[in-house]
Amino acid sequence: DPDRKTEVVLLACGSFNPITNMHLRLFELAKDYFHETGKYKVIKGIISPVGDAYKKKGLISANHRVTMAKLATKNSDWVEVDDWESCQSEWLETLKVLRYHHQKLLSPDVTNSLPDAVPLTKLGRKRKQEPNRHHPIKKKNQSPDVKSVPQVKLLCGSDMLESFGIPNLWKLEDITEIVEKHGLVCISRAGNNVQKFIYESDILWRHKNNIHLVEEWITNDISSTKIRRALRRGQSIRYLVPDVVRAYIEKNNLYSPESEDRNAGVVLAPLQKHASDSKNQQALN
Amino acid sequence: MKSRIPVILLACGSFNPTTNMHLRLFELARDHLHQTGRYQVIEGIMSPVNDNYGKKGLVSARHRIAMAKLALETSDWIRVDPWESEQETWTETVKVLRHHYNESLRVLQSKKEFMRNKHATERTTGDSLSCQQPVLPELKLLCGADFLQTFKTPNLWKEEHIKEIVEKFGLVCISRAGSDPSQYIKESELLAKFQHNIFLVKEWIQNEISATQIRSALCRGLSVKYLIPDSVISYIAHHNIYTEDSERKNEGDLLQPLKLHNTTINPLND
Repeated sequence: DPDRKTEVVLLACGSFNPITNMHLRLFELAKDYFHETGKYKVIKGIISPVGDAYKKKGLISANHRVTMAKLATKNSDWVEVDDWESCQSEWLETLKVLRYHHQKLLSPDVTNSLPDAVPLTKLGRKRKQEPNRHHPIKKKNQSPDVKSVPQVKLLCGSDMLESFGIPNLWKLEDITEIVEKHGLVCISRAGNNVQKFIYESDILWRHKNNIHLVEEWITNDISSTKIRRALRRGQSIRYLVPDVVRAYIEKNNLYSPESEDRNAGVVLAPLQKHASDSKNQQALN
Repeated sequence: MKSRIPVILLACGSFNPTTNMHLRLFELARDHLHQTGRYQVIEGIMSPVNDNYGKKGLVSARHRIAMAKLALETSDWIRVDPWESEQETWTETVKVLRHHYNESLRVLQSKKEFMRNKHATERTTGDSLSCQQPVLPELKLLCGADFLQTFKTPNLWKEEHIKEIVEKFGLVCISRAGSDPSQYIKESELLAKFQHNIFLVKEWIQNEISATQIRSALCRGLSVKYLIPDSVISYIAHHNIYTEDSERKNEGDLLQPLKLHNTTINPLND
């Protein structure tokens, strides 16, 4: 049925420290992109702030980061914040978060705990339609209404995609499962290196049809790092972050030279986790 | 202790529509002037250009003013002023500057009168300080680096106007990382002479939301959320302001300043 569109949920993982207008733009750009293809319908956007256990330098408490994201999306009718990831006591691989949200969509009544976030089998794979077929072949282990299962795609900027190449930051099998079973939506500035990066990686190249590249023509480089820097210097961040977020930051005096020093010298959780594992010395290329 | 010079920032432009970037210019300029230690920015004024300017795609000033007002709802120091848009025809920027400067003097004068009358009836020690001669405010033109470059465009500006702008008023020019307007200033004798009155502010957080791109996105049914204030988005949708038709307005026409200056400079042309 060519009129049946594939439903998509966009999942953005990150520090959101703090959330900025640029983060929010990613969702808008991705949604417009998918709608313009005529093949997809974006039904939801999810912001999943990383847990404190990530140990990134300058990362303030998840409570504040989640609250700010919620304030920022209060007047959005399709983007919401999910704090499951931030509530975990240990840092979670992005793939696990993807699986969790995918499971949640399949069976919304079941609350999944960490051990239950099992790897996907063939359930999540999009069925390729042969030109003259109207019905997908039904297999016994498939849920009855395969087309109505929304896909959860990881929404990110080119920096996250390119971080796949940082040694020990990602597990190769995780990257593979992300692009094979879920998909990536990568927003990048005009004149970026993303296409080249994909070209140079066999795994990414193999699944390039599931990596959607969206070009952002309106330059909008509002990074959280720059926001925190401006705040430390007493400079205005108005019109770069939603006003409610600005007010919240001000009221709670969230960012300072002290907060920026948090986790200084601490090894980032994924690096710590993967460093000992010799299997992960495999390269992306 | 030397008191700070009060400054009013005036931004002239199409504001077609007002974007987050326009609003950022004010914030950046204020921060910069404050950090010099010499100035206190007391007000920001947005002055949308007259419909008569003749720029392609320029929608009615009524809408542009309304949108600017909505955009500035949350600001406690920036306001939109309709004077320029209400004039019979397009007004040279220097005249807009003069008008607002005179207005600020008038306001200052009436404040002084008020305080003088107040002290005639209530004599309190606390008020004696405000009886002192307040420092005269300075009015500065707030703009982007591209604006500075337009000084070069033939027939767009009168030389004496540029001189008055940089000499009597001053410029606060916001540029993005990577561009270097100081080079341009050095190359111009006029600008170099008054460079002490040209404040260059670098915008490190790139945020180049051009109104043209916004209009283009709107025409294509694409989202502009988080690029311009929500209230402006609602207004645009409600009044269906930007369409293919609106984009074609003034198509093929010369900008008003070019029309004006063309005739004065080339009186012999038919």
